Amino acid sequence: MSTAPLSATPARRRPQRAAAGRFAVVPLLLFVAVAFGVPALAMAYGAFTTYNPGKPSQYTMGNLTASLHGGYLDALLGSVKLSALSALISVVAGLLVAQAVVTSRFAFLRKAVLSASGVLANFGGVPLAFAFMATLGNAGMLTTELHLDQHGWSLYSFNGLTLVYLYFLIPLMVLSVIPSLDGLRRQWREAAQNNGATGWQYWRHVALPVLTPSLLGGFVLLFGSAFAAYATAAAMVGATVPLITLQIATALSGNVDPNATNIALAMSLDMVVIATLVMVIYIPLQRRSARWLV
Amino acid sequence: MAGVTASALNTEGRPAPSTANGPGPAGARGGVLAGLSRIRWGRGTVLLVAGLYFLVPIGTTLWFTVDNSPQGFSLDAYRQIFTVPGLWPALQLSLLLAAGTIVLVYLLLIPAVVAVRLGSPRLRTVVELTCTLPLVVPTIALTAGISDVLRWCNDNLAPTPFYATFLDAQNANFPVVLLLAYVVMALPLAFRTLDAGMRALDVRTLLEAAQNNGASRGRAIVTVILPNLRAAMLNTAFITLALVLGEFTVASILGYVPFAVWIVNGNSAGQGPVTVAVSIVSLLLTWLLLLVLSIGSERRGRAQAQH
Repeated sequence: MSTAPLSATPARRRPQRAAAGRFAVVPLLLFVAVAFGVPALAMAYGAFTTYNPGKPSQYTMGNLTASLHGGYLDALLGSVKLSALSALISVVAGLLVAQAVVTSRFAFLRKAVLSASGVLANFGGVPLAFAFMATLGNAGMLTTELHLDQHGWSLYSFNGLTLVYLYFLIPLMVLSVIPSLDGLRRQWREAAQNNGATGWQYWRHVALPVLTPSLLGGFVLLFGSAFAAYATAAAMVGATVPLITLQIATALSGNVDPNATNIALAMSLDMVVIATLVMVIYIPLQRRSARWLV
Repeated sequence: MAGVTASALNTEGRPAPSTANGPGPAGARGGVLAGLSRIRWGRGTVLLVAGLYFLVPIGTTLWFTVDNSPQGFSLDAYRQIFTVPGLWPALQLSLLLAAGTIVLVYLLLIPAVVAVRLGSPRLRTVVELTCTLPLVVPTIALTAGISDVLRWCNDNLAPTPFYATFLDAQNANFPVVLLLAYVVMALPLAFRTLDAGMRALDVRTLLEAAQNNGASRGRAIVTVILPNLRAAMLNTAFITLALVLGEFTVASILGYVPFAVWIVNGNSAGQGPVTVAVSIVSLLLTWLLLLVLSIGSERRGRAQAQH
């Protein structure tokens, strides 16, 4: 993201104008502090405290310890594994699809793919889960027509869920990589060809190195997106894959053990830590790719 | 989620470079047909496989909704959309929340984006960071935090006069809690979209021109900046609409029944075909809306370019 050229020029503002400008930001900051900051702090606080109605809460590491053991740990690792694998596949597939769309002569194809990607990436997982249950579920059309169940196919397994996740991750990758592909200059390819490079050599030595930061950035984005996904797995009733989001939801709505909520908060904190690590990698990569692809 | 979609959607507005470099380099080297067919094989395969992967589930879902096993073809599922109990209240709630979210996003972000455009780079960093923060906290973690806050309020606010406000905020007809969460979730994407739209304008010159003609700053923003920002605002509105209509996590865990939650509940309650029909129709409708929007915005862009 390049800084706007205007902000680099020396500003000749009168002081009160600058102040007025800053005031316009205040509502946004206040809103985020209340609607986002308060729940986030409550989550962090709850992760380290006990909850007993009527009694003051006490500090404890028990919630975090519990969230990193047994079934909860399995769920966390399951989520990480599923997200990493589906993000990896989607980066490759998304790049191929995006390249095919960008170089296509049909302007309509580009519009249709971009808008469809926008919907699939943002609409959430419920229709998606239904579509796959109707297609590849136990009584799904392809499953029964092709007798896939006899070959050991199950939509509700790890592989099945990966296949479903690709349905919103590939569109997300297409959306995030198309601006970079548009940024690849035609002259670079022509220069490579004039120097006798084959198509493969052009990709290997010119295009991919330039794209690498945005591909890595895309991977991080997709990972975060898959990691946070909940609706798809929740709507696919009967899925047996342990996922951290499902565990948090169960613990929150359980109502059996009042302290389950605090373990859910601890699991949420685990998620935030992983998501933060991922973002910390993402931001500098974004900056690096911006240098080439202005 | 979906942090970068905004920038990509904005590229729709610019004329596709594809038309320019389609047959270009390969054709220039002679052997047009040979060159083209070699390239198009790979592209064709990719598009075919992707097309199958993305269209077959939609196709079988449509088939599932019209195939009534013993009798065969029937449109019952679609007829029931108009009569099935609970759908319209749920859809109404979702649309109301979407409208509220869009209005609140505009009110919070447009002044901020204008200020960022005019202000110092440090102000931009602060706002950009603020709007990116929600990406670090997954929706379900935000939900866990919200339910913790609600529990605390429930335990501690009962004797105080704030309790009525607290209950109002959770009113099932218009849960302010959900509205707040949705605005937080929409911020990252909305900021990128609006900021990218603003970047295409010379805000400082436009504002100074308007002010030299005697308009106040507020009036200048409303009558000069906002009309120029129309495409970005529309994009923001549609993406936010898609986000709120499809949102399941927060609402289901906090116990509200907007559109997406109704679909899932209805499906597990045995209203299979109707809920599947509703979900696929909503998906296709949203896609059509976005497609029309992108074609419309390109037309407008072309018309402006000709003037």
